[in-house]
Amino acid sequence: MALNTLEFDLKLDEVTHSIDTPIHLGVVGSGDMEVLMEPKDLKGAVSVRIVTPVAGFDELWKRVVEKFVSETLLGDVHLEINDNNATPAVVLLRLRQGFAEATGE
Amino acid sequence: MSTNSTEKKWDRRSADTAERLEAASRYIGPGKQFKPEDTVALLEAVIRAGDRVNIEGNNQKQADFLAECLNKVDKSRIHDLHMVQSAVPLPVHLDLFENGIAKKLDFAFGGPQAGRVAKFISEGKLELGAIHTYLELFGRYFLDLTPKVSLICAYKADREGNLYTGFNTEDTPTIVEATKFRQGIVIAQVNEIVDKLPRVDIPADWIDAVVESPRPFFIEPLFTRDPGLVTESQILLAMLCLKGIYAEYEVKRINHGIGFLTSAIELLLPTYGEELGLKGKACTHMILNPHPTMIPAIESGWVDTIHCFGGELGMEKYVAARPDVFFTGPDGTLRSNRAYAQTAGHYALDMFIGGTLQIDKYGNSSTATASRVAGFGGAPNMGCDAKGRRHVTDSWLKCGKEMPTLDRQIGNMPRGKRLVVQGVETFGEGRAPVFVEELDAWKLAENANLDLPPVMIYGDDLTHVVTEEGIAYLNRCADIDARMAAIRAVAGYTEIGIKANPDETRQLREAGIVKTPEDLGVDRSRANRSLLAARNIRDLVSWSGGLYNPPARFRNW
Repeated sequence: MALNTLEFDLKLDEVTHSIDTPIHLGVVGSGDMEVLMEPKDLKGAVSVRIVTPVAGFDELWKRVVEKFVSETLLGDVHLEINDNNATPAVVLLRLRQGFAEATGE
Repeated sequence: MSTNSTEKKWDRRSADTAERLEAASRYIGPGKQFKPEDTVALLEAVIRAGDRVNIEGNNQKQADFLAECLNKVDKSRIHDLHMVQSAVPLPVHLDLFENGIAKKLDFAFGGPQAGRVAKFISEGKLELGAIHTYLELFGRYFLDLTPKVSLICAYKADREGNLYTGFNTEDTPTIVEATKFRQGIVIAQVNEIVDKLPRVDIPADWIDAVVESPRPFFIEPLFTRDPGLVTESQILLAMLCLKGIYAEYEVKRINHGIGFLTSAIELLLPTYGEELGLKGKACTHMILNPHPTMIPAIESGWVDTIHCFGGELGMEKYVAARPDVFFTGPDGTLRSNRAYAQTAGHYALDMFIGGTLQIDKYGNSSTATASRVAGFGGAPNMGCDAKGRRHVTDSWLKCGKEMPTLDRQIGNMPRGKRLVVQGVETFGEGRAPVFVEELDAWKLAENANLDLPPVMIYGDDLTHVVTEEGIAYLNRCADIDARMAAIRAVAGYTEIGIKANPDETRQLREAGIVKTPEDLGVDRSRANRSLLAARNIRDLVSWSGGLYNPPARFRNW
């Protein structure tokens, strides 16, 4: 199975906050994904790297991650996603669960 | 009063049947039995070209041996048959059209053969009468689609020809009643012939001939969902449903679809449902096959009554041990009956909840794809507001009261409404968007020359949509524009969802027409598999005290 790698950066205009410690959540089971979030000095930006077996959904990935970043006001964080056919619903759920764990919210 | 030779005859049907049975009499012995090797010859004796023929093909049990034999008849004599039957799930059902034995089809559910149905229509091999719901088709068995010959199946026959349909009675009584009482011919295949039946489900004098099939009929465990495959996203949706709909309306009388979302709901009843205080207030009466994932809720005392369309492999002993809940016969085994379950499903339910492949911007939903004539079985009977309903329940009244513009249709007359709920992730398998501008059903209508796009649930019947984004309470919308806005608000990142206007969505939230998980107070971080009352098939076996006996393919421990 050929894997596709998608990399992009996001930066909000608003004041952002980072996380204190790296966290890892989820497993690369079928229909699921794992996410690694780590604090990183990116001048307020979020860097994203997604490895996925599915091609042709770059715009969708960007929309979903943008929504997550704008609702959490995240900055100075690197996100690493290893995907195995997770739906956008699962992606957002994992990201939100990861954020809740990282910030203790 | 005199009689003369031109007097009209009033018994042509029974005379015709008698003539055919006379031709078949050399194959039929004591107890109406015939030998498997004589089956083709017997069918050739009783069936004529152009006949309306039913092959019992339910959701589950299949008259597969008789269907195979019908494919072997001499097609120079028997051709242009008009097949009228619930389902065509087996390859042999479509082989009849390929082989030039059958010509026309009226049915309700295509299942795995849906692609061939569409292909044969476009190739001119199959003339489609109509795609029905079960109740419509059953109704037409007693009007204009009565079978002349029906090929049915049962578990057992006795030495006189009485039949035991037992756990999976499904459609048998309906088919036999329509056929036999219109002077037609009923032929049964059974798994075994015994001296004494556990109970008589079909009396011998409604049957013309019985064969002990060379092998047991095919039966599919269609309603078994492995809790091990329930995802956290489905658990989140299930939590939203329980808090935003089950608790909000206190719906007691429910049908669950067969997808994983409703399995997740069933498995959350004894945990999250109990926490919400819903026990005794929701899910007390259900029209449902014996879903294994209902075992924890039943064992926890949630359920008063379950009536079943059919059975489910492996649930025989469990059901027999819970006669206070299930409908069982004097012999102690389940009596299912699709016609009665569908009637209850159409008229007496307060809520239908299920999933779909596509929902359009107006709220119409369908599982039809451009190249498959699948049909919907019973979902549309339950997934609609039965306008003939007159009795009242609290949830039905509440759902109707919330409709702000009912008065524009019927003036000041109060009326309730069935809850019809679709629960979906915004993207389905293979990241196919569930919310679409136009249903694939339109393309199918074009490809297969249908008069109407096959719609499973019409937009005006749909009252609630649940996605990971939240719940759209469509029954609270004043008009189609508001409904479309509410649908957009929960459609996520699909092409429909990204058209949502944030201001409009905010107004809908303030009006209680759209509720997000946060609005409902559902904590996403609790959407975890530890919330399931059973996490795998083995847990279900334990809950059942060892009474549930899962089919081999589900035994993975």
